[in-house]
Amino acid sequence: MVEQAPLTAERAIANLQQQDDLGLRYYAAWWLGRCQIARPAAVKALIAALDDELDRSPDGGYPLRRNAARALGKLGDRQAVPALIACLDASDYYVREAAAQSLEALGDARCVPALLQLLEGGLEAAQPVPGKPHLVQPYEAVLEALGTLQADEAIPYIRPFLDCSVAKVQYAAARALYQLTGEADYGERLVSALQADALPLRRAALMDLGAIGYRPAAEAIAQAPAENSLKLVALKGLLEHQLAAPAPEGDSQQLMALMDSLL
Amino acid sequence: MGASPVQERIQAIERADSHQSLTQAVWALAADPEEAAIPTLIEVLGYNNPGAAVAAVEGLVRLGEAAVPSLLAQLDGYDYGARAWAIRALARIGDPRALAVLLEAAGSDFALSVRRAAATGLGHLHWSQLAERERERAQLRALGVLLGVAQDPEWVVRYAAIAGLQALATAQPQLRRQAIAQCARLEASDSDAAVRARAALAREQLQPGSK
Repeated sequence: MVEQAPLTAERAIANLQQQDDLGLRYYAAWWLGRCQIARPAAVKALIAALDDELDRSPDGGYPLRRNAARALGKLGDRQAVPALIACLDASDYYVREAAAQSLEALGDARCVPALLQLLEGGLEAAQPVPGKPHLVQPYEAVLEALGTLQADEAIPYIRPFLDCSVAKVQYAAARALYQLTGEADYGERLVSALQADALPLRRAALMDLGAIGYRPAAEAIAQAPAENSLKLVALKGLLEHQLAAPAPEGDSQQLMALMDSLL
Repeated sequence: MGASPVQERIQAIERADSHQSLTQAVWALAADPEEAAIPTLIEVLGYNNPGAAVAAVEGLVRLGEAAVPSLLAQLDGYDYGARAWAIRALARIGDPRALAVLLEAAGSDFALSVRRAAATGLGHLHWSQLAERERERAQLRALGVLLGVAQDPEWVVRYAAIAGLQALATAQPQLRRQAIAQCARLEASDSDAAVRARAALAREQLQPGSK
């Protein structure tokens, strides 16, 4: 292999725009996102990469499109929103998933109708794809985005997913409904999930509770059978919610004492 | 002759066939641990089972100084998960024999969970177990490392360094001025609100006149 010079923003953008070496393009898209190169030329090249036809995986997927969609979520430039909305129709599940996650990160509510379309058919439509480790749509990402984007009109479409056969989709629904309604019942569902049998589910519940900053979960988070690293991230989420919008029942010193005990 | 109670409890750990039964078996051993349990408790730290590891750390902390030589000797250079739990046990036991290991781990371990646990531990050593001159040197070295660790790229390591600095400067008032100055810097400029809040809390509590 030829040795590569360290990437610069200019080189990464050029690598993304050339068509001879697919590996270089794929890596450049990831690198631009990771290094948060938010300059207009990078955003433009990444948006163009969302239409790529050259880079195909054996299962018909679009690896470059996936990476470009993920990177655009990290750059914070809302010019990418229309192109990412178009990606919600992509044939590749992972492109749709990446687009939903990035639209959530960009925080632009224009995508809400397109996200709602992916929930069409409700729970009956939410079936596994034969031979794949996922359901027909990236429900987890879609539900989380609807919650973060404060899409009140989505509430009746989200609620059925509390009974989805996939536990993480249930959690995503509870998380979104808590964000949309502030009702403790949804937060408590996630607190119960801290005792799920499988460690990955307990981890997912920790991340969800941190993301919504559900204050009554603090003790349960500290006691959950999971790594301290993840409990600390979850409690940090609670603390930062408390600091941003002090709630009368909240006490940031108590939260910090819990965090200290997990170091 | 039957196995002794501690041997029976060790065997229950070996027989455990699920995460939950393992965690329960480790809690049973950790509840009232004897020195014979030390190798087993340390081994559990490497099982990638956080519930069981929490229990094993509890058992090792209850054993206290008796567990320190084995913990130091068996630090796992390859498994950072196990290393983080072991450093956490050493940090909570507070035996100053762990000083060199904690200094090294806080400043240069590649795993943030290890740096975090070590930074906290540097604040909480039982300094009174050291002779006076040795104590001053050790505390100065801990201060130097913690001031550096307070600039770690990971928020949780900076957070732990603040907790460590606060504990160290509480134990040794001569180090307060530098600890307060570092906390004030983080309070003013850290990228993470949680770190700024922890720095403000430490600064307030270290300020002369506070309790």
